[in-house]
Amino acid sequence: MADPMRIRANMTGDKVEVKVLMAHEMETGLRKDASGNAIPAHFIRNVTVTHGGKTVLSAQWGTSVSRNPFLHFRFKGGKPGEKVTITWLDNRGEKRTDEAVIAGG
Amino acid sequence: MPDGRRPWTLTARGARRRALAALVALFALPRRALAQPIMNPAPGVDARTINTPQGALQSILKGAAMRRGRVRLELPSAAENGHSVPMLVRVDSPMSETDYVRRIDLVSEKNPVPLMASFFLGSHMGRAEVESRVRLNGTQRVTALAQLSDGSFWFDAADIVVNESACLDGG
Repeated sequence: MADPMRIRANMTGDKVEVKVLMAHEMETGLRKDASGNAIPAHFIRNVTVTHGGKTVLSAQWGTSVSRNPFLHFRFKGGKPGEKVTITWLDNRGEKRTDEAVIAGG
Repeated sequence: MPDGRRPWTLTARGARRRALAALVALFALPRRALAQPIMNPAPGVDARTINTPQGALQSILKGAAMRRGRVRLELPSAAENGHSVPMLVRVDSPMSETDYVRRIDLVSEKNPVPLMASFFLGSHMGRAEVESRVRLNGTQRVTALAQLSDGSFWFDAADIVVNESACLDGG
């Protein structure tokens, strides 16, 4: 199981500012190991951010996104104490869901 | 203007000219090819499997035109290496119920998979802005394409010098 995401969700004015750091190797499939064998691709394909049962933002990624992906965005309609849930799904079918409580007002 | 000119040269002045030049350079298509219908990928084709930047853009545009403006792609002008380049896309949009950004796509000129990332937004996004970090396989032009809720496409392109490309080794 992959390491948890680090999620920070803070109120900035009337919007919730979210910063996410995901722990994922985002292997391109183009690298070779020490003995010259190709290291298979392993990367996050889909990211979904939900709040109050609604999808706030979703993304489709490929190997062009850097290792341990970072994502920063804002959404409206959130209040302190509510939860933001983020899920990623990678090309091997591995999945990770984490949530954060919106801080500050 | 003589009739013999191609239509897009008639308006080639100032900013318009630069935008058009960028567009033409971006597609790098022979003039004859521009007059031909654009081939769309078959339904269900994953744009991430398309290996040309033009193909990746067309898989999203599906024949529609894109105009330069409203989108701002922020990349550093140079990066020591291409493993983790900060990238920010901002679209000029009120993000209201009726006028919002539907999606933002990032297309690379040189990465093995040109469609780097797609973001799907909605009116609930407080600001039409996403920030992330990407890999870049060498010095190149990156295009950020945004589709608004009215269906129109807008883009911005940014050039970046990458001293050490990603994809070869390391991260």
